[in-house]
Amino acid sequence: MSDTFFSGAPHWTWFIIPYFFIGGLAGGAYFLAALLDWFGRPEDRPVVRTGYDVAAVGAILSGLLLTIDLGQPLRFWHMLFQSANFPAIMFKGWSPMSFGAWGILLFGLFAVLSALGARAEEGRLQMPALRAVGGMVRGGVAKLVAGIGGLIGLFIAGYTGILLSVTNRPIWADSPWLGALFIASGVSTGAATLILLSPRRGATERSLGWLSSFDARALVVELIALIAFIVSLGSVNRVWMSVWGLLLLVGVVWFGILAPLRMHARRQPLATSAKLVLVGGFLLRLATMLASEGIDHYRVAVGL
Amino acid sequence: MPEPMGFFTDTTVCIGCKACEVACKEWNQLPARNGGVGELSGDSYDNTRKLDGIHWRHVRFIEQFKGPYDGRWLMMSDVCKHCVQAGCLEVCPTGAIIRTEFDTVVIQSDVCNGCRACIAACPFGVIDINPVSGTAQKCTLCYDRLKVGLEPACSKACPTDSIQFGAIAELRTRAHKRVDQLKAQGVKAELYGADPEGALGGLNSFYLLVDEPEVYGLPRHPQLPSRHLAKSATFSAASAAVLGVLALVGLRKRRMDELGGGGGSGGGAGGGGQN
Repeated sequence: MSDTFFSGAPHWTWFIIPYFFIGGLAGGAYFLAALLDWFGRPEDRPVVRTGYDVAAVGAILSGLLLTIDLGQPLRFWHMLFQSANFPAIMFKGWSPMSFGAWGILLFGLFAVLSALGARAEEGRLQMPALRAVGGMVRGGVAKLVAGIGGLIGLFIAGYTGILLSVTNRPIWADSPWLGALFIASGVSTGAATLILLSPRRGATERSLGWLSSFDARALVVELIALIAFIVSLGSVNRVWMSVWGLLLLVGVVWFGILAPLRMHARRQPLATSAKLVLVGGFLLRLATMLASEGIDHYRVAVGL
Repeated sequence: MPEPMGFFTDTTVCIGCKACEVACKEWNQLPARNGGVGELSGDSYDNTRKLDGIHWRHVRFIEQFKGPYDGRWLMMSDVCKHCVQAGCLEVCPTGAIIRTEFDTVVIQSDVCNGCRACIAACPFGVIDINPVSGTAQKCTLCYDRLKVGLEPACSKACPTDSIQFGAIAELRTRAHKRVDQLKAQGVKAELYGADPEGALGGLNSFYLLVDEPEVYGLPRHPQLPSRHLAKSATFSAASAAVLGVLALVGLRKRRMDELGGGGGSGGGAGGGGQN
């Protein structure tokens, strides 16, 4: 039996699972938007603007979910500043949660700046203060913000997997592959979100084609990372002999990865495939989290 | 500077009276029940079952019975191990978990914000949320009592000296003598966590066991949560790099196709790709 079976469950459930999903897709969407901002064509601007909006809304939602989940929500700032020594910074580079708290803050800052810049570009900002800020984020400044923010977005998409690996919980701490898996899933769900939302902002067929083609490649990377994850679990894999294993196999592998890949190969509707990718991305987090969370009860049941 | 202090728990003399559990709850003003709900385990005389936010001491009952006349009870008063290399302290993002001058590990309840990273990081399942404070809590090795020269409430209350409190160096010497004594009597006895060169740099609360660690609910090789950090970060960075390259290659291919195919404006807006 793995030594991880003797640890306690942290009760990271109904706020954290949605956060992992939303944070992942927001990070992925920002990364793709930034990439198109830097290397795309003018016709990709609707996708870029949608990506920045998704990232900004996702970052705000992520912050809210994380704060509500705390046992003492009003002390959320203790993760950023030393409570007894304010304003001294609280930061532990070797603690993924500490790193992540700063990551979320910076991600939100950059995402909101990029979103304001994009909205100013469209002339959609009414408030003078926001218009002034948005007006500053253009040209070289906008590219710089997008470049740094896009990299932070990629970090946000994957650090949650590293955070789970840096525990002593079954499944999570039994494999070093969760970070890689969550990055691929985050970028893939980010692309799917852009496929679904950017047509309303005027995305062209060519932009959507690139997103779809990239999403298919990201799904292949996700599948490879998922296989590596399962193989690395070794004997711990017996925990999947449960409803969570079924969900992982049917919900994630079949409906979330293989079915969208098949649809992509057959050039079937992008929207249906994108919706399946989103469902698969959510179920991946759900199965991974709850399969481990439930093991505390298992441990008691077998009399450990 | 005081020397490292801790517990040596000799499980062979534990009688399962749970006086330590009660003394701990009394001194630390912990609620007897979680929200007033009395929970019976239903399959054991032990109704506490595990350490958590309101049970900082737990006397574990291990019932090993092959038949009505062939069996034994093993009892162990479990507690935070106050690891020399503590996983909880390592991951705590608020700095609420500190190492004291007694080399013990304490959660400052007024700093903790209840993120629960420490719960998942502890290899022994010691920490949990106290529903009253909303923060993570565990044994403090009675830091407040140590500060004024008193011994912890649990060891003070233990009627058989199964829980012994003292300087770690002296406790180790005492523990090794006890193991030799038991072995001379033909009892299979081993120390768990007493080796400063062993797992987690040694445990400041260590045990004398007469069966395998797993039987007592203890991991054989407890490890720090950071053991996967470098590898996990490397794999994640590699995954990110692959995805970045794939995206750039895709963009380049699109451009090449445009050049090769005569380009094009990309068609109209509004979801042409949905068809």
